[in-house]
Amino acid sequence: MERNLSMIALFAALIAVLTLVPQIHLPFGVPITAQGLGIMLCGTVLGAKRGALAVLLYLAVAAMGLPILSGGRGGLAPFFGPSAGFLIGFPVAAFVIGWIVERWRAGIGTVAFVASVFGAIPVLYAFGITGLVLFATKETSFATATAAMAVFLPGDILKAVLAAAITRSLARARPQAILSRA
Amino acid sequence: MLSLTSPIRTPFHRIPAGPKLLALLLVAGGTMALADPVPLAALLLAVAVLFAAGGAGFARHGLRVMRPVLPLVAVLMAWHLWLRAPEAGLVMILRMLVAMVAANLVTMTTRLDQMIAVVQRVAAPLRHIGLRPEALALAIALMIRFIPVMSTRVAQIGDAWRARSRRRPGWRIVMPAALAALDDAEQVSEALRARGGLS
Repeated sequence: MERNLSMIALFAALIAVLTLVPQIHLPFGVPITAQGLGIMLCGTVLGAKRGALAVLLYLAVAAMGLPILSGGRGGLAPFFGPSAGFLIGFPVAAFVIGWIVERWRAGIGTVAFVASVFGAIPVLYAFGITGLVLFATKETSFATATAAMAVFLPGDILKAVLAAAITRSLARARPQAILSRA
Repeated sequence: MLSLTSPIRTPFHRIPAGPKLLALLLVAGGTMALADPVPLAALLLAVAVLFAAGGAGFARHGLRVMRPVLPLVAVLMAWHLWLRAPEAGLVMILRMLVAMVAANLVTMTTRLDQMIAVVQRVAAPLRHIGLRPEALALAIALMIRFIPVMSTRVAQIGDAWRARSRRRPGWRIVMPAALAALDDAEQVSEALRARGGLS
């Protein structure tokens, strides 16, 4: 219990630290950050339930007014903005990634990569695109929003590679810390 | 770590967090019911007047936190002009601005400990599915503390690297930093258990 709690708090803080790493802004206001890497690691290391809880903790603390969302934003306003769909999708993505790593007992590096790609691309994009479309007016179609997401693809695949490499190294150095495989 | 709460005291600081959050939800929900730019603009004006009531310094701070949204507003308007639907664009931008300005007003006038208290109260029914509000409050405090701890660890490992090498520390410090962070979390959990744990 205490261990789960401190690990969840640690990974929530990890997302915050990775989000504040220097980043690039896209013209339509959704920035590229290492935040996704943090979300992936929550799933691959902590597993489904704890990973999702860590992401929820991060979002809750951001909503309470700490400037730890991308671009140094925080507070309640981002949850009413165009990227709200992504924020809602984050815990779901971490859950899906953790669920795959828990169930599929092949080599952790491969599994972590496949799970991260699946959770961070189809699952998270579905939430993000729905958010963009619901937020925008009828004139913005799913097709345009989906096309706009293509700019994120290379970065997200790179992040999945990093998440897999880090998870594999952690599994070697601290096997007991990989709660998803405990 | 800096919080977004404004240091400038306003009458809104004295209103309890719960009613403020409820009012925010009503305003944000209300904007979805309005589809005409005129009442939406009036609503935006009303929220702006609330900001102005906090004093000039407070209102300036409120404008400053909205600055990152301006390029987005410009892109959205350009996009809707190109679609020849300026009114739809205006409605969308006004809805967004009303909700965001009102949300900033709540964030800037509510202290972090008040927010934590609200979360604790709202989370109380989750006790039945095994999430204890005390554990949640502890997790929030721990996470906020872990952010500077982790940054310090990365800086220390970077310093140690620079003491040994003339090359810049790059990805090579990622793993030691990750392991140090994991060990910190283990130590915290042992310390919690040693002090009686979460029972």
